[in-house]
Amino acid sequence: MTQKIKDATIPTIPFGARIQRWFGRNLIRIYAVFAFTYLFIPVAYTFVFSFNDAGKSNLIWQAFTFKNWQNPCGAPEVCSALGNSIKIGFIATFFATILGTMIAFAIGRHNFKGRSASNLLIFLPMATPEIVLGASLLSLFLVFKINPGFWPTVIAHIVFCISFVVVTVKARIASLDPRLEQAAMDLYANEFETFRRVTLPLVAPGIAGAALLAFSLSFDDFIITNFNSGTLTTFPKFIYVSAARGIPAQANVIGSAMFFLALTLVIVGQLVNRRKVR
Amino acid sequence: MTKASIEARGDLRLTRLTKTYGDFTAVDDLSLTIPKGSFFALLGPSGCGKTTTLRMIAGLEEPTAGSIHLGETDITTTKPYQRPINTVFQNYALFPHLTIFENIAFGLRRRGQKDVKEAVDKVLNLVELPHLAQRKPTQLSGGQQQRIALARAIVNRPALLLLDEPLGALDLKLRRQMQIELKWIQKEVGLTFVHVTHDQEEAMTMADTIAVMNEGQIEQMGSPADLYDNPETAYVANFLGQSNLIKGTISGNDGDSLVVDLYGQKISLPKSRSHAIDNSTYAGIRPEKFRISLLETPVRGNVLSGGRIEDVSYIGVSTQYQVEMPWGQELMVFEQNDDGVAPFKKGDAVNISWEPAFTFALRGDEDVTAGSQIEPEVQDEE
Repeated sequence: MTQKIKDATIPTIPFGARIQRWFGRNLIRIYAVFAFTYLFIPVAYTFVFSFNDAGKSNLIWQAFTFKNWQNPCGAPEVCSALGNSIKIGFIATFFATILGTMIAFAIGRHNFKGRSASNLLIFLPMATPEIVLGASLLSLFLVFKINPGFWPTVIAHIVFCISFVVVTVKARIASLDPRLEQAAMDLYANEFETFRRVTLPLVAPGIAGAALLAFSLSFDDFIITNFNSGTLTTFPKFIYVSAARGIPAQANVIGSAMFFLALTLVIVGQLVNRRKVR
Repeated sequence: MTKASIEARGDLRLTRLTKTYGDFTAVDDLSLTIPKGSFFALLGPSGCGKTTTLRMIAGLEEPTAGSIHLGETDITTTKPYQRPINTVFQNYALFPHLTIFENIAFGLRRRGQKDVKEAVDKVLNLVELPHLAQRKPTQLSGGQQQRIALARAIVNRPALLLLDEPLGALDLKLRRQMQIELKWIQKEVGLTFVHVTHDQEEAMTMADTIAVMNEGQIEQMGSPADLYDNPETAYVANFLGQSNLIKGTISGNDGDSLVVDLYGQKISLPKSRSHAIDNSTYAGIRPEKFRISLLETPVRGNVLSGGRIEDVSYIGVSTQYQVEMPWGQELMVFEQNDDGVAPFKKGDAVNISWEPAFTFALRGDEDVTAGSQIEPEVQDEE
């Protein structure tokens, strides 16, 4: 029986059909290549032009140099702006993560009066146009006679970061099997021990993700910051202002460095996760 | 309070336990005593209240009314972590972020016990998985996770071990094996086991005492043999195995026996097995208790004549027949294939006979289909 099949000649598939089949199998890959190219061309551009010996304007390629990378603070004000953004980012992330996590637990785990209302309201800062949020925060600060500057900016950032933290952490809490906490209670852990030893460790990746998200949102923010920072210069503000007279190549250096830092963080996170599973 | 309840030992006593969710009564005025050291099964289809009962014993659900005592100690309102009770959860609920060792050590560490390592190693040997101590739960197979969940509970030497459908996620072969192992471990450690299941075969294999639950109440309680041979209601008769229930009238007395008229044919059954309250009754006979014989063969005991073989299915250890009786009912008969006699053929005219002692009698107003259409396979009942 099998002998017969072996002896029979295998019919060849026509060339056209083979091409068609190849496309059928690889279409998703081709699409992915295009999509990623589209996404990463700006990043690549930024990176390439960080090596441009630009002089005044970094719009046209002049010559290759390591100068910008060797001296990233070379352009006036670029590093103080960066420092401000990082400081604001860290403080805003710290508070937004703590407050947001607490809200997420309240909404995700407890039934209280006004729960669904809170659930809805927490989305509002996300849904509000930044320009409106920024302007109204400014007028609010002015009503209380607080001058725009560092701390008003931090407070504004905490406001919009909280929503994102809540949403991220809540998703993690929702995916947590309540039986794990019940099992901990069943195994003689009281409420606090259960939270510390089971709930928190299991939600931690969500909280870490939320903190990263909050930091990048804060670091990135221009519109709300522009309203509330007064004379303080943050990195996005610096870029915006210098765009008028030519962005220094150092900005590309810092941008690229941020990108690679984020990439490294993601890769390290993945590796750690994979090792944990194993 | 905490100290007293955590050291409580003795029989578990549920008194008039009730749990309602809005209009729905999950557990309805349930009273029950589970003796120390026994293997007790709560058996019933999903939604019968067995899991809710278990969760109230564990402290994960607060009773609406009634009380729970362990020995002399009232534990009705104590927190789960104040009870000397541990649970093997339905989907094991192993902590995914901890190693197997730390999973098992969890309860010991919370109670500040010394010699954690020794105790964990010992219980890992008991469940025969000492080599997995440093793994994470996700790296284990279902059967291994099941054993670890068991180990994590029994390492604490609780007064009471609760098992919530612990074998539900395992395949049939593994389930059979674990049933035997669980029973062995229970004997070995001498703890009281309360086992919740919808699988009647599982309950019968393992438990000393089974309580069959239906709509929040206990329908009948007893040893597996009691429940099978002498069910008190149609629900129990149908839920535990299969039964032939034949409508009849009690027509007389004969010493320890009752005479029952089944569509004009008289049979007898022991008085001790009658649960009828008046003359109308259903006579119940398990399919394997029947014997089929051709008309000319002499037979003893109870006989119903006028049957005709309607269907024959050969299934190896036995042959199953559907026999149509003169009054239109089809009776189910299981015959062992052990006597070398050629099986009966479709259309054969036959008599059906059985030992009178194997007959039970139910109330005549019963719903004969109660408990028979229940498809018990529901994974997640809450």
